[in-house]
Amino acid sequence: MNITIIAETNGNQLHSVTSQLAGAASSLGGTTTLLCPGGVGESEASEISGVSKVISLKGDCFSSFDSGAWSAVMAPHCDGVVIASSSPTGRELASQIASKMGVPVVQDLTEIGQDLKMTRSVYSGKAIETSTASGSCVITLRQNAFESAGSGGNAELITVDSTSEVSVAVKEAMAKASERLDVSEADIIISGGRGMGDPANFSHLNEVADVIGAAVGASRAAVDSWDEIPHNMQVGQTGKTVNPSLYIAVGISGAIQHLAGMRSSKYIVAINKDPDAPIFGVADYGIVATWEEALPSLKEELAKL
Amino acid sequence: MGIYSRVDRDNMTIAVLLKQVPDTTSKIAVSDGRVDQDSVSKWSTSPYDEYALEYALQLKESGGGDLVAITCGPSRSSKMLTDAAAVGADSMLHVEADTSEMDSRQIQSILAAAVKHCGADVILCGKQAADTNSGSTGPGVANLIGAACVGMVSEVNVDGDGFSALRASPSGNERVMVSKPCLFAFDKAATELRRPNVKGIMMAKKKVIETVSPGDLGVDIGESGVKIHAHDLPPEKPPGQKFEGAESVSIVVSKLREEANVI
Ligand SMILES: Cc1cc2nc3c(=O)[nH]c(=O)nc-3n(C[C@H](O)[C@H](O)[C@H](O)COP(=O)(O)OP(=O)(O)OC[C@H]3O[C@@H](n4cnc5c(N)ncnc54)[C@H](O)[C@@H]3O)c2cc1C
Repeated sequence: MNITIIAETNGNQLHSVTSQLAGAASSLGGTTTLLCPGGVGESEASEISGVSKVISLKGDCFSSFDSGAWSAVMAPHCDGVVIASSSPTGRELASQIASKMGVPVVQDLTEIGQDLKMTRSVYSGKAIETSTASGSCVITLRQNAFESAGSGGNAELITVDSTSEVSVAVKEAMAKASERLDVSEADIIISGGRGMGDPANFSHLNEVADVIGAAVGASRAAVDSWDEIPHNMQVGQTGKTVNPSLYIAVGISGAIQHLAGMRSSKYIVAINKDPDAPIFGVADYGIVATWEEALPSLKEELAKL
Repeated sequence: MGIYSRVDRDNMTIAVLLKQVPDTTSKIAVSDGRVDQDSVSKWSTSPYDEYALEYALQLKESGGGDLVAITCGPSRSSKMLTDAAAVGADSMLHVEADTSEMDSRQIQSILAAAVKHCGADVILCGKQAADTNSGSTGPGVANLIGAACVGMVSEVNVDGDGFSALRASPSGNERVMVSKPCLFAFDKAATELRRPNVKGIMMAKKKVIETVSPGDLGVDIGESGVKIHAHDLPPEKPPGQKFEGAESVSIVVSKLREEANVI
């Protein structure tokens, strides 16, 4: 079986999830080719264990994201099972490549088994779907759901110059307001809800986050009520779906739409003053207390570790 | 010459692609290895599609042209089209089909044919549907009709010779320009969704939904390349442990370290 991996990039670097895609590929067995759009991270990519060939695609069309232009260059190099990350850009690119190949795409897999048995979560995590593809297909994998391949590989590196007509022109790029870790990247997340009372109180969440290297998230009520809390922090049905090892919900009631984005976290801690808050129904560890009382000691206890 | 063609306001046909999904508040039951559609207590328009509809209406108001609401799904989905007409969609196209076992390629080919059937050159949809949570449809349809594709959009405006859209990028936000034909896949947007008024509802009731089959549109969707084995309910989580008072923080922290091994 031939496997093609689409490298995930992060600005001018290879994103660490690329190594997870290679890890999943090696569990399938077969010959693995890795495509580096724009040539980003090509040398690092060639050291990922299990990859036999890296195709570094150079060209002006890769200077900003245009899934139509990128896929036009990439699809001809794709063969067999194509694997990408289920990040927003990864999904968009995967869909375009699949459409150009005339094959289906199955998004956001959390497991791959024997004979490419694919597992993913559907209906906001209320059901699990298992399926198989009858021929070539494109799949995207959820970040942190697969083991990384090691380094120490020595893939053949081929550079291909390509051109493609760009139809999405970037007029202006606006950097994120904060340099904090994004919730979709983080292995530990601490999120605040309306119960935080005031956006300024999110500083207490930031302080705890800094101690354990966590990202800070928010409920929709917090995002909608306060301009200071941007939408890219929102977790839930109309925000981000996250899959961290630890999710700490503070002053969040646990509405079904919030749970839709975080219930698949490995461990959930809830801090809420209302003992009947629905969030306690999904929490592995619940603390009935106000955040005013709980956060200072949480910060202190974590700092002791 | 720039890459943008002049927006021909009177001739612009805007399509919004809508999908009906179980409301998030509905319980999901499984029978015979499939999610039991009959047990769904409430069906709604997928939330991101609602933002697409809102911006489609705003584009129509600022740029002129006609707005057609399109869905592909079983007969119950037509209600969603009537709801869209009640807030201002001019016409409605329902491709009636059971989509539950279709793969992404099949759905996309039907919707691409539907868009062509309507002559639409500006297409708006949600970035992903709340049931499958995939996000494949928009980019796939864009490819099939040869449209520029912009995902993660939270705002779109007619801008001189083309359209200006705000999209989320890995490093923040970007304002991008595209020309027709183009497709915008919507994220949650910072806008209020409009609700129908009585007049809108009355008007919508008088409008006729064009109902067709995939065959009527001339598409042969072929076989699905993906075989669903089963839908299962997620494994039950063991009940959690609950502690009273902030004094328990230290207990929980030590459990996170010793039992859960996550810090
Ligand atoms: C279509 C749709 C999509 C949606 N998408 C999302 C989504 O993506 N994400 C999302 O989060 N929501 C979403 N929602 C909204 C969701 O229904 C809830 O309204 C929202 O999650 C509530 O946020 P919250 O828990 O912060 O606020 P509330 O429900 O108001 O809860 C606040 C909690 O804080 C607790 N509290 C108050 N003071 C303190 C204190 N001092 N210390 C500790 N605890 C305290 C209270 O006991 C309460 O439980 C969506 C809704 C709809 C209809």
